[in-house]
Amino acid sequence: MSALPLTPGRHAAPPPAGRSPWRLAGARLRHDRAALLGLAIVALFVLMALAAPLLTALNGHGPNEFHPEKIDDALAGAPRGSFGGIDAHFWLGAEPGTGRDVFSRMVYGARISLLISLLATAVATTAGTALGLTAGFAGGRTDLLISRVMDLVLSFPQLIFMIALVSVLPEANRTLELVLVMGFFGWPYIGRIVRGQTLSLRNREFVDAARATGMTRRRIVFHEVLPNLMAPVLVYATLTIPVNIGTEAALSFLGIGVRPPTASWGQMMSKAIGWYQVDPAYFVVPGVCLLLTVLAFTLLGDAFRDALDPRGGNR
Amino acid sequence: MTALLELDGLTRTFRTRRGTVRAVDGVDLTVRAGETLGLVGESGCGKSTTGRMLVRLLDATSGRIAFGGRDITRLPPRRMRPLRGQLQIIFQDPFSSLNPRRTIGSIIAEPLRVQGVRDPGPRVREMLERVGLGAEHADRYPHEFSGGQAQRAGIARALVTRPRLVVADEPVSALDVSIQAQIVNLLAELQRDLDLAYVFIAHDLAVVRNVCARVAVMYLGRIVEIGDRDTVYGAPAHPYTKALLSAVPLPDPVAERERERIVLRGDPPSPAEPPAGCAFHPRCFKAQDRCRVERPVLAEVAGRQAACHFPEVH
Repeated sequence: MSALPLTPGRHAAPPPAGRSPWRLAGARLRHDRAALLGLAIVALFVLMALAAPLLTALNGHGPNEFHPEKIDDALAGAPRGSFGGIDAHFWLGAEPGTGRDVFSRMVYGARISLLISLLATAVATTAGTALGLTAGFAGGRTDLLISRVMDLVLSFPQLIFMIALVSVLPEANRTLELVLVMGFFGWPYIGRIVRGQTLSLRNREFVDAARATGMTRRRIVFHEVLPNLMAPVLVYATLTIPVNIGTEAALSFLGIGVRPPTASWGQMMSKAIGWYQVDPAYFVVPGVCLLLTVLAFTLLGDAFRDALDPRGGNR
Repeated sequence: MTALLELDGLTRTFRTRRGTVRAVDGVDLTVRAGETLGLVGESGCGKSTTGRMLVRLLDATSGRIAFGGRDITRLPPRRMRPLRGQLQIIFQDPFSSLNPRRTIGSIIAEPLRVQGVRDPGPRVREMLERVGLGAEHADRYPHEFSGGQAQRAGIARALVTRPRLVVADEPVSALDVSIQAQIVNLLAELQRDLDLAYVFIAHDLAVVRNVCARVAVMYLGRIVEIGDRDTVYGAPAHPYTKALLSAVPLPDPVAERERERIVLRGDPPSPAEPPAGCAFHPRCFKAQDRCRVERPVLAEVAGRQAACHFPEVH
C-alpha cells in the first residue's frame, strides 16, 4: 500500500482577527459561479455604457446618424445585406427605415437603460430605507401613517399610473421624470422590508443594551440598527434594478420613455415589431441585451442574498 | 449599610386586548451596596419586568425607584445618562445582546464613549482581560465567539464603566451547564474586586442559592417572600417558596427519594385576571376560605417577610 500524497501547506490557519460579516460574505461570493457570471455581465454592460462614445468612434457611426445607403427603398426600407445588414462597418446591422447603426444605438441604449434603472433604484432605496426605518423605529402613529401610505402606493395599478403621470408631466427632463416616477412607485417595496427588519431589530437585546448604556436615539438608529439593515437593503436594491430595467423598457416600448432620437432598448424593440418578419435581427439585439442585463442583476441579487443571509438569525 | 436602591410600590401595567395586565404589582425592595439580591419565580411572574424598570428600559406605571438616594423614576434621558454608567444590565441571550455588525472592542467602548471618555482603548483592554478574554479579542466580531465568551463580553460591557449596581437578567440560563459555573464564578469575583451590587434574576434556584445573600420570591407580579438566603432556603415560610424548593433536584439519591415533594397544580393564573384574595390560592395546598377573599401582605415571619395567612412555622 502506498501512502496517500499529502498536500503541503493545506493546514487551514485560524482566521485572522476580525472577520466582519461583510468580509465573510465577500469570501462566499468569490466561490459562487452564478454571482461571478452575473457580475461579469453587469461589468460588461456598465463598461459598454461608459465607453459608448469610444465604441462608436471605433465603428465611425454616431447613434443618430442616418445612412440612406444602408437601406433598400425597393424593400420599403429594409436594410441591405443579410442578418439586418451586418458587415464590417455595421457590426450589428442597420436600423430599418433610417439606416442608423444598431450597434451604436444599442450601446447608447445601455446608457439610458442603466442610468434610469440605477437612479430609480437609488431613489426608491433611499426613500424606502428612510421611511421604513422611521416607521419601524418610531412605531405608533408614525408607523401607522407611513404603512398606510405604502399600502396605498402599492395598491395602484402601477404601469397605468406611470403612463398617466409621465404623459401629464411637462416635457422638461424625461430622464429625471422617469427616475422620479419609477422611484415613487418603487420605494414601498423596500420600505416594507426595512420596516419589518427594523421592528425585529428593535426588540433585539443589543438595542436594549444600547439604551441601557444611554446612547441617543439618533446614535442607536445609525450605529446599531442601520448597519444591520444594509445587507437586506443591498439584496433588495440589487433585485429592484432588473425590475426597473424592465419597466423603463416597457415605458419606452409604449412610447412614453425617453424621447427620440435618444436611443433606448425598449424603443428599439417597439420599432422592431413592425419589421420582425423581414428583419428579425433588429429585434434580437435589444432583446438579448434586456435579457442578459435582467438575468445578470437577478443572479447577482440572489447571490447577495445567499451570501449575506439577511434572514439568517443572529450569528 | 445604606440602601443603594430602593423600590417603593413599583407597578407596571400593560394594556392588551384582554384588558390591563399588572405585570408588576406594588414591589417594595431594598438593595444595599455590594450585596447580591436574588429575584426568583416562574416565567411571567414579573421578575424581568422589574429588572428592566430598575435600569429604566421600561417606565414604571406607578411607584418609585430611588438609586443612591435619588429618585430616578421619571428622570428624562438626558439627566439619566450620567447615571447609566453606575446602573447597568446583563442580558440572558449573549448573542442577541451583541450587535453582530460591531467588533467586541467597539461594543465595550460604547458605554465609555457615552460617559465622555476620550480614549476608551486601554480601559476596554483592561476590562477584556478582567472578564477572562484577551485584549486581542477586541477586533473580533460576536459570531466568532462561543456562548460563554460572548456572555463574558456582555459582562465586560456592563462593567466597563464601573457601575455600582448591575441587574443580571438570567445571565446564565442560556449557557451550557459547564459554562454556567464559570460565569457565576466570574460574576462573584468581579463583585469582590469592583464592589458591585447585583440584582440577580433567575428561575434556577440552585444558581441563586450559590450567588445571592438575600432572596426575593415573586409570584404574579408580587413579592411573596423575601429574606436571607439561609433563612428562606432552610425553612421557607410561604407555601409557594416551599413548593419551588421541593422541585429542586437533590444530588443525594436517598434524600431525593425520601423527601416530601409538593407538586403544584396547573399553571400560574393569567395576570390579566388575577384571582381574588391571595393570588396563589388556586394552586396552594393549604388554601382556606380566608385566602380566597383577603389578600395577604408581607409580614415578618421567623426572621424574614412572607405574604401568607398561614405561613409555615418551623
